[in-house]
Amino acid sequence: MANISVDFLGINFKNPIVAASGTFGFGEEYHEIYDVGLLGGISSKGLTLKEKQGNEGIRLWETPMGLMNSIGLQNPGVESFIAAEIPKMKKHKNIIIANLGGNTLEDYLEGIRLLNHSGVDIIELNISCPNVKAGGMAFGIKAEVAYEIVKKTKQASKKPLMVKLSPNAENMTDMALACEAAGADALSLINTLNAMAIDIYRRKPVFNNIYAGLSGPAIKPIALRMVHQAAKAVKIPICGIGGISSGKDAIEFMMAGATLVQIGTANFVKADIIPDIIEEIQIFLDKEGIRDIKEIIGII
Amino acid sequence: MRNETTIILNNSQVADDIFRMTVKTKSIPQPGQFFMIKGLYGDYLLPRPISVHDYDDGKLVFLYRVNGHGTKMFSEMKQESAIQLLGPLGNGFDYESFQGKTAIIGGGIGVAPLLYLVKKLDSKNTDVFLGFKDEVYAVDDFIRTGATVKVATEDGRAGEKGYVTDLIDYSKYKTVITCGPEVMMKKIIKSCIEKKINVLASLEERMACGVGACLGCVTKTIHGNKRVCKDGPIFDGRDLII
Repeated sequence: MANISVDFLGINFKNPIVAASGTFGFGEEYHEIYDVGLLGGISSKGLTLKEKQGNEGIRLWETPMGLMNSIGLQNPGVESFIAAEIPKMKKHKNIIIANLGGNTLEDYLEGIRLLNHSGVDIIELNISCPNVKAGGMAFGIKAEVAYEIVKKTKQASKKPLMVKLSPNAENMTDMALACEAAGADALSLINTLNAMAIDIYRRKPVFNNIYAGLSGPAIKPIALRMVHQAAKAVKIPICGIGGISSGKDAIEFMMAGATLVQIGTANFVKADIIPDIIEEIQIFLDKEGIRDIKEIIGII
Repeated sequence: MRNETTIILNNSQVADDIFRMTVKTKSIPQPGQFFMIKGLYGDYLLPRPISVHDYDDGKLVFLYRVNGHGTKMFSEMKQESAIQLLGPLGNGFDYESFQGKTAIIGGGIGVAPLLYLVKKLDSKNTDVFLGFKDEVYAVDDFIRTGATVKVATEDGRAGEKGYVTDLIDYSKYKTVITCGPEVMMKKIIKSCIEKKINVLASLEERMACGVGACLGCVTKTIHGNKRVCKDGPIFDGRDLII
């Protein structure tokens, strides 16, 4: 059997599959369906320094092969995450990635200081959430703005820092290079695409915030292109995200340069899809006579 | 809770836009719970949350209204087609704790989750009120449970003419259960709170995961946002901010 474990920032992942932030809670709910200890890792629901109730109005809207969401980072806050969720996640022996968002630099720094003393393995810095009014994605559009925030957060962080990039960045290559230059240990991409839907009967936007984030298979080819661009530009490892719904999709992202991949919307399509994806990867490698998954990373 | 691929035993239209689907299952649901269901084929992405209408010996019945693209695809699925079922989900009704005489009030497709509940209750202590705009459905199934059933239609074609909420003498009941249009449930909850009667409401919301992870289906309560899929779909009417 081919080896499917990978090394990412000095951490051994038993397979390259990570549950994507915002689609998997903290893992507990899915553990009622299958053993989430099977996963390489879990990226937490997007955290903010203080608890958030999230957005009002419609939060979900299906589109052709896609899903728009405007949750607005509803979460219990960093301290509650550390006290209540990390111990449960540790029980399943998951590699824990804490996804951290914020409205101001101070919020990010304070969140990082708290996480420095927690059991998380990696901090995923979310500079790309389209669903919060101030901050969030605003940090992820201009490379020079991202550079500043990554530099300061990296200085504060005792944990490896993975920066989650927005597809709404002005230029993906410049953005990836800026984050690397600022000291990012890794990149994850892409977050959702800024999108819109209109309720023609009410003559109003579907979402209270007008725009919302598009995910799912509809965005996969765009995500793959952006992962490829970023991987060609930087030396730091990449975690690929965007519409991955099968083992074959995951292999595509790895060939494009991702060391890890995250599964998001696909968890909703089939609640126990992650074990299927891991099995499909194994079968693909064995059939193709590839002895180690690392042989395919970045071959395109 | 499990994700199983099973087959459709029957899927037929019972009224305008209303369909009844029977599927095989290994799961044993409680009244008030639901399943996320999805055909294995069709050009849509997410399963849809559909309440348990009835259950008996491995056969699960859904009563659903064609409301959008997903439910339209459901209505076109044939007998023997494969279907994916995630469930049973949600809290369900804690019906063993119901005390005294109980009123069950359903409006439109909101009658769906109430049949299996009524079957579990003592029919002598249960009055059922069903309201429809025009065409009625599922009424005979409720009558067969032995409970007293009263019907209202807005156009008067069956039962009393008018709103179902006008048929109810709240003073007779210790517990009221409701599912239906928000405006109807609001009115019922308000009446029950005024008269200090226990009231439970079964809510509906757009969902993605169905298991409590994505936070797409929250409703406002006096205890903060609650997930309709996991903390509900059954809520104490006094807790809801609607």
